[in-house]
Amino acid sequence: MKFAIQVNEGPYQHQASDSAYHFTKAALEKGHECFRVFFYHDGVLNGTRLTTPPQDDRNVVNNWVELAEKYDLDLVVCVAAAQRRGIVDEGEAERNGKDATNIAPRFRISGLGQLVEAAIQCEKLVVFGD
Amino acid sequence: MSELHTVNKSPFEKNSLETCLRLSKAGSSILLYEDAVYGALKNTVITDLVSSAAGDRKVYVLEPDLKARGLSADRVIEGVEMVDYAGFVDLVDASNKVQAWV
Amino acid sequence: MSDTKKFMFLNRRAPYGTIHAWESLEVVLIAAAFEQEVSLMFVDDGVFELVKGQDTSEIGMKNFSPTYRTLGDYEVRHMYVDKASLEARGLTAEDLVEVEWEDWETEETVDNIVEVVDSDKVVELMEESDVVFSF
Repeated sequence: MKFAIQVNEGPYQHQASDSAYHFTKAALEKGHECFRVFFYHDGVLNGTRLTTPPQDDRNVVNNWVELAEKYDLDLVVCVAAAQRRGIVDEGEAERNGKDATNIAPRFRISGLGQLVEAAIQCEKLVVFGD
Repeated sequence: MSELHTVNKSPFEKNSLETCLRLSKAGSSILLYEDAVYGALKNTVITDLVSSAAGDRKVYVLEPDLKARGLSADRVIEGVEMVDYAGFVDLVDASNKVQAWV
Repeated sequence: MSDTKKFMFLNRRAPYGTIHAWESLEVVLIAAAFEQEVSLMFVDDGVFELVKGQDTSEIGMKNFSPTYRTLGDYEVRHMYVDKASLEARGLTAEDLVEVEWEDWETEETVDNIVEVVDSDKVVELMEESDVVFSF
């Protein structure tokens, strides 16, 4: 099965990001193909490398990064949602005159078309959110 | 092939489960996860509704979420099947599409 | 399978209290540009998104309600409203915005593509869709 994941919620506030991560990991371990993980709404907050949870808590951002490294996952943060919530990569910093970036490694910022394309390309779209 | 409906809200707080039960077809599957696992319990105000849905639809509950909330298998409505994340993946794989009642 | 998929956008959120309704609408506008068959379904509090006469001037938020009326121009062909959700909220079809649609090539027009449907029809329409988007 070729599937796409949509994450609508930020990490920590809601379980959605954890559920999406565990689902994606289980599917990849079963040999399915994950075309893309698309982060929307507050879900874009999964893509900041500045996240610093306490040591006895899981690191949701790093979980995604490690999964992406192992399976070459495409982690896409919606640009419009990211701009609203201050998730910035080098290109965005330059375009919008910001003095810093915070995008986590393996994540990239792109348009909503990436979600639509994923829905067209994949057999299943699985949505996690609040 | 039929649809998989996913519900993640407690039925005691939001109406997602009720709407899902009203708007899902006989033969479809429903997975309760996150706070929706509370909808799989016996002796609640929503038990009858879920039990009767389990008559013509297949109702599943995500065991890791049940366990996390201190709920054991014997609290789950008869006919509701427990699955883990691998089982969740299999349900998605076997469906023709997934409809999330987030 | 053809290149065109039937996309159904399931709207179950009220406007303004959270950003869900607005950001969902942004995806609808993009999806239509991909030449897919796009329909919208309004269920539960989602029916409040279509209520006429929204005025956000005193809450400092953008009034995105006029955008719904332009969806016909984005080749959205159907906007369905769940009757039970509407009635449960004390509303009727008259309380909702009207959305005109026109086919640029054939000049065929529909005065209002907002249609109130019963539960059986909702189930049928959802089943016919290839992808259901939820926000």
